[in-house]
Amino acid sequence: MLTLTCPCCGISAEETELAPGGEAHLKRFGPGSSDDEFESYLFARKNPKGVHFERWRHAYGCGKWFLAARDTVTLEVFGTYKAQTPYPTPEIVAAIQAKRPDWKPDWHQPSVNTTTTPAESLTE
Amino acid sequence: MSETGPFRLPRGGRLIDRAYQLPFRFDGRQLRGLQGDTIASALLASGQLMMGRSFKYHRPRGPIASGAEEPNAILGLGQSGRFEPNQRATTTPLVGGMVTNSQNCWPSLNVDVGAVNNLLYRFLPAGFYYKTFIHPRPAWKHLFEPIIRRSAGLGKAPTEADPDTYEQAYDHADLVVVGGGVAGLSAALEAGREGKSVIVLEQTPVFGGRAAVDHADGQARIDALLADLRALPNVTMRRSTMATGLYDHGYLLAREAIADHDPNAGLPRQRLWRIRAGHVVVATGALERPLSFAGNDVPGVMLASAVRDFIVDYGVAPGRSILVVTNNDDAYRTALAALDAGLTVPAVIDARPSATGALPEAVRARGVRVLTGSAIAGVRGGHAVEDVKICSHAGSGDVQEIIPADCVAMSGGWSPVVHLWSHCGGKLNWHDDRAMFAPDLARPPTGHDGRAMATPVGAAAGDLLVGAADEQPLLPVWVMPVNATRKMKFKMWLDFQNDVKVSDVELAAQEGYHSVEHTKRYTTLGMATDQGKVSNINGLAILSKALNQPIPQTGTTTFRPPYTPLTLGTIAAEARGELFQPLRKTPMHNWAEARGAHWEPVGHWRRAYCYLQGAETPHDAVAREIRAVRASVGTLDASTLGKIIVKGPDAGKFLDMMYTGMMSTLPVGKCRYGLICNENGFLNDDGVAARLSEDTWLVHTTTGGADRMHAHMEDWLQCEWWDWKVYTANVTEQWAQVAVVGPKARVLLERLGGMDLSAEALPFMQWAEGEIAGIPARVFRISFSGELSFEVAVPANRGLELWEKLHEAGKDLNVTPYGTEAMHVMRAEKGFIMIGDETDGTVIPQDLGMSWAISKKKTDYIGKRAQERSFMASPDRWKLVGLESVDGRMLPDGVYAVAEGTNANGQRNVQGRVTSTYVSPTLNKPIAMGLVKHGPDRMGEVLEFPVAGAETYKARIVDPVFYDKEGSRANG
Amino acid sequence: MAEALARITQLQDLGMIQIRADLAALGDVIAKAVGVAIPAQTSVSTNGNRSLCWMSHDELLLVLPKPEAVAATAALTDAFGSSHSLALDVSDMRAAFSIDGAKALHVLQKLCPADLASMPQDGMRRTRAAQVACGIWRREGGYVLIGFRSVGDYLRGLLQGAARPGTQLDPR
Ligand SMILES: [Zn+2]
Repeated sequence: MLTLTCPCCGISAEETELAPGGEAHLKRFGPGSSDDEFESYLFARKNPKGVHFERWRHAYGCGKWFLAARDTVTLEVFGTYKAQTPYPTPEIVAAIQAKRPDWKPDWHQPSVNTTTTPAESLTE
Repeated sequence: MSETGPFRLPRGGRLIDRAYQLPFRFDGRQLRGLQGDTIASALLASGQLMMGRSFKYHRPRGPIASGAEEPNAILGLGQSGRFEPNQRATTTPLVGGMVTNSQNCWPSLNVDVGAVNNLLYRFLPAGFYYKTFIHPRPAWKHLFEPIIRRSAGLGKAPTEADPDTYEQAYDHADLVVVGGGVAGLSAALEAGREGKSVIVLEQTPVFGGRAAVDHADGQARIDALLADLRALPNVTMRRSTMATGLYDHGYLLAREAIADHDPNAGLPRQRLWRIRAGHVVVATGALERPLSFAGNDVPGVMLASAVRDFIVDYGVAPGRSILVVTNNDDAYRTALAALDAGLTVPAVIDARPSATGALPEAVRARGVRVLTGSAIAGVRGGHAVEDVKICSHAGSGDVQEIIPADCVAMSGGWSPVVHLWSHCGGKLNWHDDRAMFAPDLARPPTGHDGRAMATPVGAAAGDLLVGAADEQPLLPVWVMPVNATRKMKFKMWLDFQNDVKVSDVELAAQEGYHSVEHTKRYTTLGMATDQGKVSNINGLAILSKALNQPIPQTGTTTFRPPYTPLTLGTIAAEARGELFQPLRKTPMHNWAEARGAHWEPVGHWRRAYCYLQGAETPHDAVAREIRAVRASVGTLDASTLGKIIVKGPDAGKFLDMMYTGMMSTLPVGKCRYGLICNENGFLNDDGVAARLSEDTWLVHTTTGGADRMHAHMEDWLQCEWWDWKVYTANVTEQWAQVAVVGPKARVLLERLGGMDLSAEALPFMQWAEGEIAGIPARVFRISFSGELSFEVAVPANRGLELWEKLHEAGKDLNVTPYGTEAMHVMRAEKGFIMIGDETDGTVIPQDLGMSWAISKKKTDYIGKRAQERSFMASPDRWKLVGLESVDGRMLPDGVYAVAEGTNANGQRNVQGRVTSTYVSPTLNKPIAMGLVKHGPDRMGEVLEFPVAGAETYKARIVDPVFYDKEGSRANG
Repeated sequence: MAEALARITQLQDLGMIQIRADLAALGDVIAKAVGVAIPAQTSVSTNGNRSLCWMSHDELLLVLPKPEAVAATAALTDAFGSSHSLALDVSDMRAAFSIDGAKALHVLQKLCPADLASMPQDGMRRTRAAQVACGIWRREGGYVLIGFRSVGDYLRGLLQGAARPGTQLDPR
């Protein structure tokens, strides 16, 4: 049974105090998206053996969602971080690479100027 | 001390108190033991060597061990509700008045009918069940299975509820030391002195492990360690506490025996500790292995360590004449202990070519014959050892000598107890020289930080010669003698409880079982209640030899928790009876309870299904309640409805994303019904939202949806639109809510006074705030029944007051409390959908003819994109219709309407199903709703619903609104 | 028979106000309006008979005598003005218990997975008690535990069961 430290309140909570929320950093595709985009958003999950990013809610606690970087085989936790980020933070990437030198991010983070938050893209 | 039996020694017994005798019963016989005895030691002292029978052949069995690994002395303890099967006599402390019974025997331990299997052992080889009962097929069901079921199974399940209580407790520590022997106590002291918080768990009632029995200075060392530890306030020492499993991230379970078998103590019987350990020290010692020689299962053949434990710890002689057989020096300690107790040691049989260490020399000096290079060729005796045949270990069993003895103390070497280390992924290495698996420190179980979360110490780490460096190495012995005949191997037991022998494992190998995991299941080796503690290594070695490959290549079986069985009571703990689940109760719960509420579980809530009067059936009560509501006025406890406040500058925009309809345009003071879908497009919840102010909405959800919808909203707000300015609050339990329903609803509420509830002041789908009967209230004019209806919300602490005032003021109106079933029927009469009836997680609003509740203007809402997928937009989806029974019979719930033809599996094609079905007391006929392919285009068509064992039901497709189609009744 | 591990009493007089706001921006406004300092993360701050409990980084719970709840809610709402915020009187929503006595911690240790022994003196811990959510903070001589009102009977049963005489967690 896991323990994770909630980055929102600093409490180290055990699994029974948390609610799982599946894969992190999904990009929402809404109306106007192609069938392929929407299918991948709704159904395609990485389910990797090794480094993974997950959503957890501190349900029996501060009630906030947060993200965890974790090894699905060894259950090693590389770090937890705020949910309000479209990609794992540089600190988390560094923490993973310190333990798993061969691991590389599989996303291409757009440069800062062109980033739109999901919120903005939905609300014009 | 013959009062407690002929085998109680006159002196000794460090754990017993001869001043306190304890009476107990075994198989109906009245016996006596001593304070400090285990059941096994008390039985042995009484001369009761035979304590059970084996599982398959019903062979007579005595104890072979003195601890948790015991496979034979497994008893049923207690009576009626406190009966517990399969308890180890070797670890259960004796309590005065105990009732104990042997297992696996009928009619009695001495005369057992099942022992006929014993004569058939040549015909019951490994995999017997798999080979024998395959053909003819029907014979399995009608002949073999019933017979096997009756004679199989270990022990009997108790038939009554357990009257004992159990509890759990959580703890946290920097370090948890499992095992209170010298190694564990030393590790605890070191950590304690560093200032760490330390918990020490010892499975027995006594700290010290083997030290006091095995080493002259053992007790003094333990006493010194204990004195130092007790002075440290940061060290907690728990005895009688068995660590049963180590799990992820340092989570350790341990069972503390508090009032085991002492029901008069008024205490919980056991406590399950749920400990979060920063690090775990595994100081769990080692277990001695039996030797595989012919007749090694005869009662009186025991592990050498157990023999000296019984002598030293309990002052009990396992026999008068104790023959020792060994492959190592340690067993010589048993010879010395026996001699010290005044018992005879006719010889020590040592398989090694020579034995010249300090211990063998000490035994020789006491005048005992030491026969090196020797082995046991066979043990004679039925219910007890009579004599032992001796042969050369190098040969094939030619008998050189027969030695009379009534006990054989055997030692095949020791295996570190690596269970906790292995439970969470720690790996092992095979050590050929010491013939054992020991923890590989380079491959430990790892914790949340990726570092080792456990460290083995002492014997558990493979350090078996601790404090005895002058012992000579053992000689690995897997079969005794080396070239034993096939016939001898038929009598060499590996798994004593399950009757798995050397011959069975060799046969499995011969038949192609090369994996130890497969062999285990095929032969049942290691699947007994001791889970292979006694048999694993010996069985593995035999298999390796048969496969002609080294032991590490054959592998080892996986150790899984629990180390010893946990009773289900400790896992349930307080969660039984009233506290089995949290029951959620509304403020009016007790009122309803006192007035015949027939409860229905809705999530964890209890809601009144109906209120029974006199001898009424629920069906009658529901009909009465509906008639009363439609005729005059009724009240429904709607407090369980979810109530979520959504507030902020972006609240309207946010609710437009949550609902399929438009909520941002709802004027302040008005209510609007809405649907909430998930991102898959499926309908998730429904309810009425009210706009409380410019930036605040109150969202009503279904009873089951309150927590779910609140979490759904927070998820989107926190994880997707985190820059939107919206706060939510789940205030479901702040408010008691009463639906006052029926043509006389307004009359009744006006009698309580305080608010203008006229049609002009409060039109349909509006809400108002004020006071009712002096209680602050919000009144919503919404209707789920089609009648004139007001939902009155008041602070929860005043809910009962409002409810009682309504019933007081409405007596002459026949104001009637009604339950959830009346609500369900009335909504079905009106054709309103119910989440969970008309929806099942695969239904979209369009299926339910609710396109009117979906905004066409909005570019987006949760579920919109999914509803555009081709399958969702297909005209062939099943859609909501009413169903009218053709013959007056009520349609069964959930039945399918058949279509022409069959599908690929040869089943009838289907074209729809019933989602809700009731007998309407209002219309005096059955009504139903269902989802039917092209349903709304097929009005008047008759569908067939075949049901097994009944005449096919027929129903006509009709409009789902059965009652008051114009909707005039909602106006009163 | 020995005494129970702790005295379990249901507290009937607690008023509660749920506050949601940007605590960094509006902390001073809240502190001034309610007369209690803003608590540190996972803590409680107290002034007289009022306490502010930290629930999350944008949520506080003001605990005060019940008769003051309506006025205090109005005062908060006034103080917030047009700032994005929420203040709700939720005095009826919860069941609250005091757990008093030398072994009060043992009672909680049987029900809550949280490491309450290490909770600071002014700590506020949200966790679960057996199967339901709860919040816990210290008071003179023991603890206060709050949960939802619908499970008040369940919580009382849990606490009384865990406090049974003779069941202290000290090593035997
Ligand atoms: Zn948190």
